[in-house]
Amino acid sequence: MSISVQLNVNGKSVKLDCPANTTLVDLIRERLELTGTHVGCDTSQCGACTVHLNGRAVKSCTILAAQCEGAEVTTIEGLGDTDNLHPMQEAFRECHGLQCGFCTPGMIMSAVDLVHREPSINERVIREGLEGNICRCTGYHNIVLAVESAAKKMRN
Amino acid sequence: MVEQSIGKSVLRKEDLRFITGNGRYTGDIDLRGQTHGYFVRSPYAHAVVGEVDTSEARSMPGVVAILTGKQVAEDELGGLPCGWMIHSKDGSEMKQPLHPVMAATKVNYVGEPVALVVADSFDEAKNAAEHVSVDYEELPAVVSTAAAQSGPDIYAEAPGNTCYQWELGEKAATDAAIEGAAHVTRYSLTNNRLIPNALEPRAAIADFNRGTEELTLYTTSQNPHLARLILTAFVQIAPEHKLRIIAPDVGGGFGSKIFVYSEETALAWASMKLGVAIKWTAERSESFLADAHGRDHVSDAELAMDEEGNFLALRVKTTANMGAYLSTFASAVPTYLYGTLLAGQYKTPNIYVEVDSVFTNTAPVDAYRGAGRPEATFLVERIVDLAAKELGVDPAELRRKNMIQPADFPYQTPVALEYDIGDYEVSLNKALEMADYAGFANRKADSEANGKLRGIGLSCYIEACGLAPSALAGALGAGVGLWESGEVRVNPTGSVTVLTGTHSHGQGHETTFAQLVASRFGISVDDVEVVHGDTGKMDFGLGTYGSRSLSVGGSALSVAADKVVEKGRKIAAHLLEGDVDNIDFEDGEFRLKESNRSKTFQEIAFAAYVPHDYPIEELEPGLAEKAFYDPVNFTYPAGTHICEVEIDPETGVTEITKFTAVDDFGTIINPMIVEGQVHGGVAQGIGQAMLEQCVYDESGQLQTGSFMDYCMPRADDLPNFTVGMTTTVCTHNPVGAKGCGEAGAIGSPPAIINAITDAVGVRDISMPATPEKVWRAIQEQRA
Repeated sequence: MSISVQLNVNGKSVKLDCPANTTLVDLIRERLELTGTHVGCDTSQCGACTVHLNGRAVKSCTILAAQCEGAEVTTIEGLGDTDNLHPMQEAFRECHGLQCGFCTPGMIMSAVDLVHREPSINERVIREGLEGNICRCTGYHNIVLAVESAAKKMRN
Repeated sequence: MVEQSIGKSVLRKEDLRFITGNGRYTGDIDLRGQTHGYFVRSPYAHAVVGEVDTSEARSMPGVVAILTGKQVAEDELGGLPCGWMIHSKDGSEMKQPLHPVMAATKVNYVGEPVALVVADSFDEAKNAAEHVSVDYEELPAVVSTAAAQSGPDIYAEAPGNTCYQWELGEKAATDAAIEGAAHVTRYSLTNNRLIPNALEPRAAIADFNRGTEELTLYTTSQNPHLARLILTAFVQIAPEHKLRIIAPDVGGGFGSKIFVYSEETALAWASMKLGVAIKWTAERSESFLADAHGRDHVSDAELAMDEEGNFLALRVKTTANMGAYLSTFASAVPTYLYGTLLAGQYKTPNIYVEVDSVFTNTAPVDAYRGAGRPEATFLVERIVDLAAKELGVDPAELRRKNMIQPADFPYQTPVALEYDIGDYEVSLNKALEMADYAGFANRKADSEANGKLRGIGLSCYIEACGLAPSALAGALGAGVGLWESGEVRVNPTGSVTVLTGTHSHGQGHETTFAQLVASRFGISVDDVEVVHGDTGKMDFGLGTYGSRSLSVGGSALSVAADKVVEKGRKIAAHLLEGDVDNIDFEDGEFRLKESNRSKTFQEIAFAAYVPHDYPIEELEPGLAEKAFYDPVNFTYPAGTHICEVEIDPETGVTEITKFTAVDDFGTIINPMIVEGQVHGGVAQGIGQAMLEQCVYDESGQLQTGSFMDYCMPRADDLPNFTVGMTTTVCTHNPVGAKGCGEAGAIGSPPAIINAITDAVGVRDISMPATPEKVWRAIQEQRA
């Protein structure tokens, strides 16, 4: 069965037909060819597919496109670009918060949401807040530093 | 220029694409007209394969073709080879049963590919795969490492499921030393089986062009040339010059992407057969089932000492699980990367090790971050700690007493290696200071006052990296050379393109290698581009594993850069009308001695490509040089890791309150990147010691087949790390580097278990030391 969805992705209005079982991540990657959002597991555990849906971080592998009718979706490509990085993107680079880069887009999207919703940011809050995003490379040490650093800039 | 030179934490050149979603991983690539592959996998650990009925599946929507293991056999495709021949102590060759690209007659582990469904879309391929009907006749499965040799035989050619029985060292002398020793510490241990879980699942796209007869394979590989060699020389998929392998951005490897697997091989074969491009991306469940796993040793060890605690002898008997087939490097891991490291940092005069490698009905086991060296280090650093406890001496002091001293180098161990340089006591002292070892007693008293247990544990590790002199590797059974290639292409405008046979999948080579070359030429790192991961672009190379990329690949680049400078001096001598012996090159300028005349690096590059005023009769135009660097020894990173833990005795929950790593990696190009490698390695070591465990049930079903069941380290499981460095420069490569990629995973697990057992006051807790195990140990201790 095919459905029709209209949503807004990275500030652009998108209208398309897709099978009813299409997930948001499939729509983003396969239909819109925004491949910055990754898929690292099949049990909604790793967080590599994290995007913002109406301003909140969600795992896009576990949301159906059909649930996104009228929604605002932001992916890593919409967060900031190479000439105008979001403070979180900049902080990940400055703090060496990434190695292979595969978890990074999802990690950054989760971290931005974390800073938006947590009134106070400290190491414990960051570690618990990013528990749903797995990184196999960094040991999280520099990710924590990056989020602390970005939080300061985002609040100034 | 200074801020970009060697030893400076230059921000990574590769990061901009990753933080903006512009990375290009295999799964991000789509080719026009591509089809999608999905594998039918065995649900049984051990079974005879009967009829494979594809008729229903073939009629399903979108299905292009279904290819089976039987067709692989009919096409007489070669098996997937193991690249390292190990001989048993009786001189016989290891047993290497055929590792088919897809199983035709018998399956030997859950998840083994039996058929490949090719369809227009991924969903169509996956749906159709569920309708491929395979008749299986289940056989009893062999699962346990320790019991494998008494189980039913999986292969007729490998009686007792034994692949080889290897030994190293002097048995008689070791036996005699243990017999007469004042004290012998005994330890039986299991090194737990791990699943690597690079966050990017393996993926491949095979694209055969019938017109050119060229096959392009995009794949998640740490060593694309090695993959090409295996697919052409052994599996005989295609001629070597007609196969191009591209490993674009790769999302972590940790060893698991060294190997040539069934899936990309089957895809390549199918693409040639069908004349279509086929894409496959593993689902995480497939990664758990069919990526090569790591570790899985069962060992007994005895350490003999005299009355003063001087080590006299170490005797080790290990059974190592190879899984169902010998993966690409599997046989070398529990032998030349394990037995050779049992001397550790100590002057133990007699060492003897026996290793029985066994087949089981589980996924193949091969190199995973550290590969053999974590197993050796865990054994040595645990038994030394137990010895200290038994003798009633400080574990740090027993280690110090037995350490190889700076004056002893080069030091020949009783297990084949010759350590070139190190200063182990300096690292030990620095780590003790950084960890405030002296203040531990006070902290322990504070914890006890709060009803908590506190412990501290050390590990003084050594490893061998920069694998290895080719002739030595060949003599020990390696099927390939282990040199590395590098090319430094100076462009006419003076920017530089660097090509390396190593592969970066998180290690930051694009920055480190750029720093290495830029600092040599006195130019900006922004003017150096590092190219890797495409057999169509660079010379043959051996790839990235065993922390070899800088010490071997970087050395090749260093030699090539020297050649560029030498040629540049000749060009400069001509232009400056001087003798080449009077041309110095420094800070990006070729200067004529005792004059104020000079040419910049860029001017020389331009002159080389626009040779109007040029010594054309003596010198070819152009400025590009290559080098193939063969190492003359292994490198020996070493250091001390100290873990301190606090445990809640009511729950067994263990918190690492401080983790200190002090490492000697030789010359460091980029400290930021090196520290990041230590962080990541220690995180995987903590994973092994406290969280991760691959579990098969007795029938060979994988019980830990998802991130819900297999405990990956998450942000809230880990502490911040305290990292320090000491430096002794590697004596035998031009960079002076030793390698830093694996040390964290090698040094940390014994430090953690030493700390936890210290806190609880028990002899041993097996890895992973989960809260349940720790809690039970506390209850037994109290009873």
